[in-house]
Amino acid sequence: MSKRIETTDLNVYYSDFRAVEDVTITIQPRAITAFIGPSGCGKSTFLRTLNRMHEVIPGARVEGEVLLDGENLYGAGVDPVRVRRQVGMVFQRPNPFPTMSIRENVLAGIKLNFSRMPKGEQDDLVERSLRSANLWEEVKNRLGLPGSGLSGGQQQRRCIARAIAMAPAVLLMDEPCSALDPISTLAIEDLMSELKEKYTIVIVTHNMQQAARVSDTTAFFNIAGTGSPGRLIESGPTDKIFSTPDVQATEDYISGRFG
Amino acid sequence: MTAITHRLGSETLTAGRLPKATIPVAIAASAVLGYALAVLASGTANIGLAILFAFLVFLVTVEITTRVVEGARQAADRRAGNLIAGAFLLALVPLGSVTFEAVSNGLARFDLAFFTQSMRNVVGEGGGAVHAIYGTVYVTGMATVISVPIGLLTAIYLAEYGVRNRLSKAITFFVDVMTGVPSIVAGLFAYALMGLLLGPGARSGFEGSIALSVLMIPVVVRSCEELLRLVPNELREAAYALGVPKWLTIVRVVIPTAISGIISGVILAIARVIGETAPLLIAAGFTASLNNNLFANPMMTLPVFVYDSYAHPGTDVQVYWDRAWAGALTLILIVMILNLVGRLIARRFAPKTGR
Ligand SMILES: Nc1ncnc2c1ncn2[C@@H]1O[C@H](COP(=O)(O)OP(=O)(O)OP(=O)(O)O)[C@@H](O)[C@H]1O
Ligand SMILES: [Mg+2]
Repeated sequence: MSKRIETTDLNVYYSDFRAVEDVTITIQPRAITAFIGPSGCGKSTFLRTLNRMHEVIPGARVEGEVLLDGENLYGAGVDPVRVRRQVGMVFQRPNPFPTMSIRENVLAGIKLNFSRMPKGEQDDLVERSLRSANLWEEVKNRLGLPGSGLSGGQQQRRCIARAIAMAPAVLLMDEPCSALDPISTLAIEDLMSELKEKYTIVIVTHNMQQAARVSDTTAFFNIAGTGSPGRLIESGPTDKIFSTPDVQATEDYISGRFG
Repeated sequence: MTAITHRLGSETLTAGRLPKATIPVAIAASAVLGYALAVLASGTANIGLAILFAFLVFLVTVEITTRVVEGARQAADRRAGNLIAGAFLLALVPLGSVTFEAVSNGLARFDLAFFTQSMRNVVGEGGGAVHAIYGTVYVTGMATVISVPIGLLTAIYLAEYGVRNRLSKAITFFVDVMTGVPSIVAGLFAYALMGLLLGPGARSGFEGSIALSVLMIPVVVRSCEELLRLVPNELREAAYALGVPKWLTIVRVVIPTAISGIISGVILAIARVIGETAPLLIAAGFTASLNNNLFANPMMTLPVFVYDSYAHPGTDVQVYWDRAWAGALTLILIVMILNLVGRLIARRFAPKTGR
């Protein structure tokens, strides 16, 4: 059920400030695409336009097209709520619902929407999602307890479980490992490699090794200077971007000779 | 590059310590000295003056001994701590005094008759406040029923939908103005409103509820708005990212996260209006008998009962004043019970923590 994303000439604004300029990119299904680039170049901003999360910020707007398997997400009559059910998102910081137990958190997407689901199916979905997120063994004995006692890495994996319980076509991850130790990071990277069999995965990362390790395609974003909009400099197969990029700036950034 | 050479204080890591017994000893000594000073100053044993002198003596003693033995920083720490403790004790004085007075004077008539009889056909001894207790429960209950939905919905609009737009700025401004409306004006408003609708001179418990709502709504709006704003945006985004519509996010994520605070806010708002006298005097009026119909005829309430018993005693003044004190004690107890219940509910709904 994995889907392809294409954007053409996408411009993203915060009120009058243009944060991202003219991004045209194709994101392949059943693959991991990594966004890299210096802080403030608009990676998160661009990522959030892919599931229409950008517009929840007052004054924020988007110009251009985002096609999900050919269908424009910003077309007339498109319901952002339906878009977000197909394009899931994992945030930089784990954001579990504090009023819910571990189990309820995993089922949050279903429960909050009042969808009816027999208990047996629910149990099954919880187990499958938590297993996919490599968390089942650690929490199976305390599913009914509040999740605040989980470690940071466990919480992040629970948020991933929550996102995949919705069976999205695309999974967007904004620096999912930035607060995690190397072991949890590896667990999540393994998880991404498994998940790409079924989902289109887009990940933002500041960790060059991570991008090189897990991604199939890498896209490099950059800004000319503060106040100017971020641009997509180049994108291509990860091997190529990391060995023989077309643009000098990409090579400088990757090899740490940036700025 | 020159090295930084200045030092904060001396090179040693240890500092003198006052023995543990210093503070109790200082308190005892200051008490004796303060009492002596008060007797010297006023000629009599004035307890207030004695405490004031004792506190001043205590401050000075602690300051000097600490400064000499432990140093200036510790002296400043002790000074601030002592002033804070002093302010706290001072603030407790009216609270303790009111509680003591209400209990000691109110217990005289805090009996079964007080809670089972009204003042119907009572002149002189006996009688009770059952009509006023019911009235207070009805009137404030109705005021809560009116105010909480209006207040909560307004707060939701302000915090979730109308962020920083013109309408919400205007609403915030008028809510602030409403907070400052004198309560008697709220009573006059309710009286005039019902006069227009039902003809002049109408008085009912419901009219009292309207008056109280005018006072309660702004309090509910402000506290609920603050609490909704405290809910982290990340939770809203987490729900949106799962494809949950905005209204469901508010109903099922934002409000449950803030519910314990919202309940405390509502209870505080009730406590704020339950003791209002002036607006009820105008809008709900007074009567000596039990009225179970919120929508017709005057309805007695506890604050009005207290006021009436105190201001219009019959021939046997003490009997009326005893009833007034018992009424005041009942009111305090009701507010206290409300607070306890609120805390229990809040704890029941608070976000779950722990493993
Ligand atoms: N809510 C907002 N309102 C206004 N401007 C914003 C907002 N969020 C981000 N920006 C601006 O948009 C630009 C891009 O920000 P963005 O968060 O997308 O960067 P990023 O590439 O994700 O950086 P980082 O790697 O540090 O996360 C920055 O100039 C930032 O200041
Ligand atoms: Mg970012």
